[in-house]
Amino acid sequence: MDIRLTDSQRAYRETARQFTARELAPWAARIDREGVTPPSVLNVIRGCGFLGAALPQDKGGGGIDEVSYGILTEEVGRVCSSTRSLMTVHNMSAQAIARFGDHEQQERWLPDLCSGRKVVAFALSEPEVGSAADAIETKATSDGNAFRVSGTKKWITYGLIADLFVVFAKLEGAPIALVVDRDSEGLRIEPVTDIFGVRGSMLAQLHFDEVRVRKERQLGRVGMGIRFVANVALDHGRFSVAWGSTGIIQACLDACVAYSEQRRQAGRRLKDFQLIRRQLANMLVDHTASRALCYRSACLRQRRAPQATMETSLAKYHASMAAIRAATNAVHMHGANGCSGEYPVDRYLRDATVSGIVEGTHEIHQLALASYALRRPYLD
Amino acid sequence: MTLDVRARIQRYIRIAVGSDINDEDDIFELGLVDSLFALELVTFVESEFGVVAEKEDLDICNFCSIAALVAFVEARCQNDEDAGRTWTSD
Repeated sequence: MDIRLTDSQRAYRETARQFTARELAPWAARIDREGVTPPSVLNVIRGCGFLGAALPQDKGGGGIDEVSYGILTEEVGRVCSSTRSLMTVHNMSAQAIARFGDHEQQERWLPDLCSGRKVVAFALSEPEVGSAADAIETKATSDGNAFRVSGTKKWITYGLIADLFVVFAKLEGAPIALVVDRDSEGLRIEPVTDIFGVRGSMLAQLHFDEVRVRKERQLGRVGMGIRFVANVALDHGRFSVAWGSTGIIQACLDACVAYSEQRRQAGRRLKDFQLIRRQLANMLVDHTASRALCYRSACLRQRRAPQATMETSLAKYHASMAAIRAATNAVHMHGANGCSGEYPVDRYLRDATVSGIVEGTHEIHQLALASYALRRPYLD
Repeated sequence: MTLDVRARIQRYIRIAVGSDINDEDDIFELGLVDSLFALELVTFVESEFGVVAEKEDLDICNFCSIAALVAFVEARCQNDEDAGRTWTSD
């Protein structure tokens, strides 16, 4: 596998790096501290083209390749996991519309999603349903040319500001996916506050009380809502979280290199202590390995290889685990300073922990990857 | 063509599920694979046989067994031939 970047990919990385340093870095700590992404930052993200970067060009998206999208996500994740999570949910939900929407649905929603004029969120989790998505309790009943949807969705990333939701419900026991407007009658949106990490992601709980959704808003076929629509979206989400986690590791390494060069203890710089050097080495290895897995996943996705889905799971599992490891060591290396909020490493640890849970917990990925391990020799 | 398609699908599925199953066995109903495998099967048939799974094709009925996959691939290939598109099997 050749993972040398093309000229355009290198240029894209440089553009993303400059943009995040200029537009996101000054806000990242405040977004975390206040648990809100300010409208000014949201407007910048909406207007810069990142939200639609990987969406189809013929609908107004950027149509960038998988590696470029990964690079973009890594750079944003390196600076601010909250805004990275906006990119993640918007892209994964819009990709589901691009894959499963019919011509009219695509024409109706994708141009605004590509341009960032509208934001779409992913509404699958419920108060009592997380990893076992097949068990969703939100119900849809047929009512003429519409469905009536009732139930509750929880942990909906950027649900407080989303214009549209891709909502999963069961119709006579069969999962379906629906695109629902924010201002639908009977839909009540309330904030989920005081979250541990990715604190600026403006989580919402959605209460559906007999919300009327026209049948022309259904994505895919009845019964395929989870197995195909949700899984395709989650596959995109995992790819994004894998790269974002790799960005967190890079941020930890950046912070620890700087701190170990500046901080002195017992008359010596931290970087001159062997155990500190071991931590730096481990972070470097974790970052390099995570990024390599992300590149591998991107290359397989680009050529639509069958194993791309599982290799994306592998990359997400490894990168999110490695990010927690790197961030934990980063906090320890900073000592009390690392727990103070004066330095960014405690944010990295909290954000990394959340990255290990969203789009499939470590344990869910372990189960899937174990099955993959048992048959992988054929695929390679 | 049928034998070739069937043999390649049988090989892929049997290695994936780790057991010798019948062509009509529903690999999802039997719990032999997880839900992510459905996505893998879509990209498998697309890359292996050069067919395109359209939105309306994304129904688990087309991917749940060796027999269903063979029927799906052959139907898609026939449609492509009828439309004047070329199908290549290796």
